[in-house]
Amino acid sequence: MSESDIAAAFEDGPAFVPYLTAGDPTFESSIEYVEALERGGADVIELGLPFSEPIAEGPTIQQAIVRSLADGMTPVRFFEFVETLAVDVPLVCMTYYNLIYQYGEEEGPRPFVERAAAAGVDGLIVPDLPVEEAQPLRTACDALGVDLIFIVAPTTTDDRLDPLLEHSSGYVYVQARLGVTGARSDVSDHTSHSLDRLKGYDLPAAVGFGISTGEQAGEIVAGGADGIIVGSALVDIVADGYENDLSVEETADRLEAKANELTTGITEQGQPRSERL
Amino acid sequence: MSETFGRYGGQYVPEALMPALEELTDAYQRYVLNNEDGFMDEFRQRLETFGGRPTPLQRAEQLSERYGTEVYLKREDLVHGGAHKLNNALGQVLLAKYMGKERIIAETGAGQHGTATAMAAAHLDMPCEIYMGRTDTNRQRPNVFRMRLNNAEVTPVDIGRGTLKEAISEALRDWAHTVETTHYVIGSVVGPHPFPQLVDAFQAVISAEIRDQLRERTGALPDSVVACAGGGSNAMGTFHHFVDEEPVDLYAIEAGGSSLEVDQARGVAPNSASLTTGTEGVLHGARTRVLQDGHGQIMESHSVSAGLDYAGVGPELAHLVETGRVTPDSVGDDTALAGFHRLSQTEGIIPALETSHAIGWLEEATPEQLGERVVLTVSGRGDKDLETVLEETAERDIPAAPQMNVFSNPTTGGDGNE
Ligand SMILES: Cc1ncc(COP(=O)(O)O)c(C=O)c1O
Repeated sequence: MSESDIAAAFEDGPAFVPYLTAGDPTFESSIEYVEALERGGADVIELGLPFSEPIAEGPTIQQAIVRSLADGMTPVRFFEFVETLAVDVPLVCMTYYNLIYQYGEEEGPRPFVERAAAAGVDGLIVPDLPVEEAQPLRTACDALGVDLIFIVAPTTTDDRLDPLLEHSSGYVYVQARLGVTGARSDVSDHTSHSLDRLKGYDLPAAVGFGISTGEQAGEIVAGGADGIIVGSALVDIVADGYENDLSVEETADRLEAKANELTTGITEQGQPRSERL
Repeated sequence: MSETFGRYGGQYVPEALMPALEELTDAYQRYVLNNEDGFMDEFRQRLETFGGRPTPLQRAEQLSERYGTEVYLKREDLVHGGAHKLNNALGQVLLAKYMGKERIIAETGAGQHGTATAMAAAHLDMPCEIYMGRTDTNRQRPNVFRMRLNNAEVTPVDIGRGTLKEAISEALRDWAHTVETTHYVIGSVVGPHPFPQLVDAFQAVISAEIRDQLRERTGALPDSVVACAGGGSNAMGTFHHFVDEEPVDLYAIEAGGSSLEVDQARGVAPNSASLTTGTEGVLHGARTRVLQDGHGQIMESHSVSAGLDYAGVGPELAHLVETGRVTPDSVGDDTALAGFHRLSQTEGIIPALETSHAIGWLEEATPEQLGERVVLTVSGRGDKDLETVLEETAERDIPAAPQMNVFSNPTTGGDGNE
């Protein structure tokens, strides 16, 4: 299998993978925000396609989802969003299975994946789809050259690890601690244990859940992570701009600055993956 | 063990929860199916001494006369706590204990499952936290007090419309944090495998008793069996032992709310009729029938009854409807309220608003549907609903409703109807 654009983004050193909910708080402003993340050094960008029942999300991203849905975000609009974006880095769509399953006329996940691939989406993360239920989506993703990224949790048992990594492509998402998404000041030591367990596998391991500062990002990279995923800390900036009526420009600048801080934290600690292997 | 019922069921949950579901499946097989360590014996014994089982099967004299058929009521309103919910809650809290868990969480809509879980947790000495939508804490206040009195934490959920759907999502989020030490006592036959089977196993006692009690009384099976259905635990428990008895017709009555029409643009369904009007989708860990818009966003449901106010339904019930074994029907708010008053006046039983939907359905059913012998499960008692019923009745013209002007105060001139 030829290496995907996503996997390639992890080649030259640990990757910075920011997340934003697409369309939060509006379609137009959100485009600016995502583009600011690329200027701030994003190597891959995760875009949330909002679902009404986000069971894996903490309050920060739940509120982002409420704002985006209120502005009229739908799967159809989401793909227009992706097509409107002027960014060069690979894009990952993070959403829940019902939206994938319902899309299009034909039954099953394929119409969604087809449309995603055509729009320029490089990968999918589906937090409510464990490996056990993933075969139809895996098949559609393989057929269309879209990566499917699975999450390794602190509770993932050793015997679940092999099938999980076998199904994963692009990278694996290492959930740094139990619970739902949300920025935290501490990042648990589950992380180093999880990273150790993943050493024998080929896929890059990107750590997420709770990371909010460049310093934390640096520590985790020093601990062996191939990438850092940051969501809620960035969504907090969008929320703050929305609540305090800041201009889109100002919020975009703040996002870019935060992305810079995280990128710097990562690059100061990290060495290219090729040199560590 | 199969994880699906036809095309429904499955395990659509975050990876973090999968090991807990594996552990629970294992415990279900060992303790529930194989009675390891005498688990089922202890469960049955506690259902009897703490829960008040068996409950009576009562011939309803006025209703029998009204409909020209034998109407039997299965009195789950007489289970401790006032609803069938304890059957499941006690089973799961006990199972959590056998599994070595240290803490219990649950969601609740009407507050009946929360109350039952709080009682079972107090009874078995386990700390307990209940998630309840803000709208529901306001409309089911007596149950909030009961849960607090049993020393459970009650955490209101503010997101969305603040009903059962949001409470389940929030309980799942808590579980994702605490899964290593906590058991999530889900309140109906919904959620990921093995919950639908587990809850059904604990509720099946309802139909086991009905079958034996009716056989003893009449030597026969019923022609039809009727149960209200929100998530479907009362319905599955009431149907369980009749599913393989082909001549027995099974009716699951959902909440028709104010209308079966949906507002696609606003994402609102003014009903909770997922079996009758829903489409296949994935919600709260299972593939089932759900109320959703054309994009797959889950709709806000509505019912005057908090316990039926849910956009999904148990996967096994969805399957039994799909295969034609169970006939779904829906009853709107008005008919349910009329049913509430009718049972209260003619039989001296104040039913829960959920149950009132099944009572209301008797009025709309044809004689062919009812047959000569009909069993209806009174899933709960209506004490929790008195405030809602007074308010909702005052807004409508319900023939059977009594005047509440006992409260009117001549000196202030209030009409007392509020
Ligand atoms: C008395 C009563 N009946 C029925 C229900 C509906 O739930 P289910 O369909 O799971 O029985 C509830 C839910 O709270 C209830 O309290």
